[in-house]
Amino acid sequence: MAVILVYVEAHDGIVAPASLETLAGARQLADGSGGSVEALILAADPTPLLSQIVGADRVLTVSHPSLAAYLPEAHQAVLVEAVKARKPDLLLLANSYVGLDLAASTAIATDRPVVSYCMAAALAGDVLTTTNQVYGGKIEAIAETKLPAVAAVNPGTFQGTVPARAQAETLRLDPPAALGSLASSFIEALKEESGDVDITQQERLVSVGRGIGDAANIEIAQALATALGAEVSASRPVVDAGWMPKSRQVGKSGHKVKPKLYVAVGISGAPEHLEGMRDAGFIVAINQDAKAPIFDVAQIGTTCDLFDLLPALTERLNTRNA
Amino acid sequence: MHIVTVVRLVPDLLEEIQVNEQGTDIDREWIGVKLCEFDDHALEESVLIKEASGGATVTAVGIAVEGMDRVLQSAVARGADRVVKIDCGEANPDSRALAKLLSEALPQLKPDLILAGVQTPEDLFGQLVPFLGALMGRPHASGVTGAQVDGNAVVIQQEYGAGRAARLKLALPAVLGVQSASQPPRYVSGTKLRQAIQGTKIETLSLAASGAGSGTIKEMRRPARGQGAEMIEGEAEQVASKIYDALASRGLLGGK
Repeated sequence: MAVILVYVEAHDGIVAPASLETLAGARQLADGSGGSVEALILAADPTPLLSQIVGADRVLTVSHPSLAAYLPEAHQAVLVEAVKARKPDLLLLANSYVGLDLAASTAIATDRPVVSYCMAAALAGDVLTTTNQVYGGKIEAIAETKLPAVAAVNPGTFQGTVPARAQAETLRLDPPAALGSLASSFIEALKEESGDVDITQQERLVSVGRGIGDAANIEIAQALATALGAEVSASRPVVDAGWMPKSRQVGKSGHKVKPKLYVAVGISGAPEHLEGMRDAGFIVAINQDAKAPIFDVAQIGTTCDLFDLLPALTERLNTRNA
Repeated sequence: MHIVTVVRLVPDLLEEIQVNEQGTDIDREWIGVKLCEFDDHALEESVLIKEASGGATVTAVGIAVEGMDRVLQSAVARGADRVVKIDCGEANPDSRALAKLLSEALPQLKPDLILAGVQTPEDLFGQLVPFLGALMGRPHASGVTGAQVDGNAVVIQQEYGAGRAARLKLALPAVLGVQSASQPPRYVSGTKLRQAIQGTKIETLSLAASGAGSGTIKEMRRPARGQGAEMIEGEAEQVASKIYDALASRGLLGGK
């Protein structure tokens, strides 16, 4: 009879898709154990979010002016109080950037274990068994965590829709006093410097990863992209190295893309990257490590040296009408 | 202004990762280790803050394991002023155990700001920065992509993915989980590194690691492969031709 509390993440009045997935997962876990689901909404005005919640038996709302924009300290204070008050067997969060702030800190503040990067979860008695992605997706771990616990769930873990249910009960919780004396404050939302192209709108992308080796080598990917009618995008290490602008980054910390064709060049396929591109229509992976996770999501792949293959493929494309 | 930056050695994911005989951990005997890439960015951001603020000092802190001396020496070559290794009798404490250790060790160093990488490839049972922030009762933030000290506070950029980000102000002392530094980590010349190797005094703190109260790993394994990609091998021209055919037959070719 597990009670599962889901922390609901929202941006600009819209519940994050990852939180809706987490709610659906909580519903599955609760139904399997005869338990119930509570959803926690934090906002200056929770009303617009209420109707977006699906799968919860109870919706808990905390309303306070300091919750108008996301502030880690404020959300942690509310979440910790809610966990102490509601004593859920399991606190579930999406493993997003917000989830990174809140899962482990709430675990400390409520003296619970936490398990992260979950890609499957099952409840039996007072044990949560999870399958977790570690080592860049090259290894998976099966972990057992004793309830009460906190778990952070990777986006994409729980699929499927939740059948409509009777109207959830809404319960207002008092905002914790800590919200009146925060040691941090929100300054402003930042807009990403808009790049010359919007990679989320492209039909074809040639995406470069660490395997490209050097900024100067990106031109061979650019040549292929030009021949293919594609734009060049990149994985995080390439952007962090300053070789490509942030606006061209694919993945968890960049953009989610869904082109018809995605050519992954020298990308190993860490979970954070796959999260941003696995829904592409057709994926071609070029990587020298035959065991790289990118080959799991690709339709065709090769371990051929990219420095030989890219010019050859560009040449083949450029001579197609010759 | 005293900035403490945490450096951790993690398995090099570019190498093949094997599971040990018991199937409960990776085989650590032969695996190569390297500085966690997010810690690399945290170190860079620490030095950038120091350079921007003038008069700040940076202390790099790591667990005393094989290879750590060299990491700490290269931290000095990159701009750290002081390096400390913690001898805790354990080579590989998990992030929660490490956070407990640091929450006991760091007050001796009186840091105003603590930086570490946002995550590691093996922090299955939680991440260092939110653990440490909660244990120390201080503001913390993960996904940080830049930080500037402003009086008794630090102004950070925190990112949320999909191009969303915000600027926040956290009172000091604060704990930051760095996703990427404001600038790519700097290159260190061989000469500078040799100077650091010869001239660096590494301080040691001794503290006992304690259990973290995390869950248990029942099994580690390679993920079951899905259907996976159809692999095309051969000379570059042959592979190019087959990829071309595969794309052409699906109507995926654009361009001229």
